[in-house]
Amino acid sequence: MKRRRKSRMFWLSATGCMALFAGLNGVTAVAGMSISDAPDEVTIDSIAEFYQPVAFNHAMHTDITSGDCTVCHHHTTGSPPKEKPCINCHNGGKEADTVSCRECHLAKPFEAAAVQEQQKDVDRYYHIDKPGLKVAYHLNCLGCHQATGGPVGCQDCHIRTEAGDKLFHAKKR
Amino acid sequence: MERRSFLKGALSAGLAASVVKTEKSEAATFDGYPDGMGVLVDLTRCVGCRSCEAACNKEQGLPEPEKPFDDMSVFDAHGHGEEHAEGHGGGGKRRTDEKAYTVVNKYDVPGIDHPIFRKMQCNHCNEPACLTSCFVNAYTKTPEGAVIYNPDVCVGCRTCMVACPFYVPTFKYSSAFKPRIMKCIFCYDTRLKFGRPPACVEACPMGALTFGKRKELLDIGRQRIRENPGSYVNYIYGEHEAGGTAWMYLSPAPFEKVGFDTHLPKEPILNYVKEFLGAVPMVLTIWPALFAGFHLLATRKDGHGHDETSEEENS
Repeated sequence: MKRRRKSRMFWLSATGCMALFAGLNGVTAVAGMSISDAPDEVTIDSIAEFYQPVAFNHAMHTDITSGDCTVCHHHTTGSPPKEKPCINCHNGGKEADTVSCRECHLAKPFEAAAVQEQQKDVDRYYHIDKPGLKVAYHLNCLGCHQATGGPVGCQDCHIRTEAGDKLFHAKKR
Repeated sequence: MERRSFLKGALSAGLAASVVKTEKSEAATFDGYPDGMGVLVDLTRCVGCRSCEAACNKEQGLPEPEKPFDDMSVFDAHGHGEEHAEGHGGGGKRRTDEKAYTVVNKYDVPGIDHPIFRKMQCNHCNEPACLTSCFVNAYTKTPEGAVIYNPDVCVGCRTCMVACPFYVPTFKYSSAFKPRIMKCIFCYDTRLKFGRPPACVEACPMGALTFGKRKELLDIGRQRIRENPGSYVNYIYGEHEAGGTAWMYLSPAPFEKVGFDTHLPKEPILNYVKEFLGAVPMVLTIWPALFAGFHLLATRKDGHGHDETSEEENS
């Protein structure tokens, strides 16, 4: 997954206002992450073997949620989560070290190492049903797409590769 | 000792043996290998994309399907068994066969505004009926949870097909002289053995398939039911059916409405035939002597008339 960050560095260094920069950082850390920190586009390519990568338009989706990160990011952006069972622990909305989906939702969630990891500490009691990356995307996306008329067909979002066509024994398009 | 009293003794011993209850079976208390793996199938999540079928076909090297896996018209096709009542593997739905170890079927349930999809394959019982019915031990339940099959010893009697409460094992009729049962083996050889999930689980985009330790899958299943009130029937199919299965199911609709047999016993199928099977050696050893005795008693008048009188005098 590659990210294109909207960088404020250029503007900041041009004004030469490093003190302000430090101050801003301090503020955002307290109040939670800012939308402007987010990438405009995220390339999703964890199943690139069978489906071509998706250029996920993050900016467009933040517009749809009116800047509410918790619709997709649970508590990790520093706001209280929407899901009821999460509030018990994450009511404060403590910002996580990273907000990228793949850091928590593993691309290969059922490999032996991942299953072993699941046995450890807090995961064993609370995060016992954490979906893998591909599943997290689909569970997160499809509900809204169905409700708002977004694309829902498999290949509406990601076109199959040649290997994908072969897997499905699909007729040549 | 007289012949008559010996026969009497043999008869009463035989009767006693058939009356005395056999001891409580171990099978009823065996609840599976402690670290056995399984899969939780969540019917609320399945969208019928058939990715699992495609992945299974590739992983197991199965033949080219009649229709490609992105052809959704298969859900409307009516297979054999249409006349049978639903819940017995019939209902006009597709079945696993020698070309497909797993199939997904579509169910329209009254009161639910979208179709429900249900994947079927071998459920990998804790106490498999196929295994216990097989007299050449072609089946093995591995500690990892898979029920695997060894074609080298199989004689093609197909008793396993009759024994399976889920109608899963199928016979490769195209190779009747080299008998071969075809069924899901949990990708044991290529994946499960190495701690990896089966191909269908890895392919599922919706998390309709969750791979994990069977015991933990039960926890996950209960948590989903608890945290999503109204989304699920409060039941995990496979927790107890036929003594418990490695593959288990959550459903938004009553299980009998989506193709499940809800009348299966909660005990392993083995427990229902064990007493009968226990009587088989007794029948084989005692009955020949018993009936030979009856025969001698019935016919000795003809051949040994004078003996009869002397014996009666003695007694």
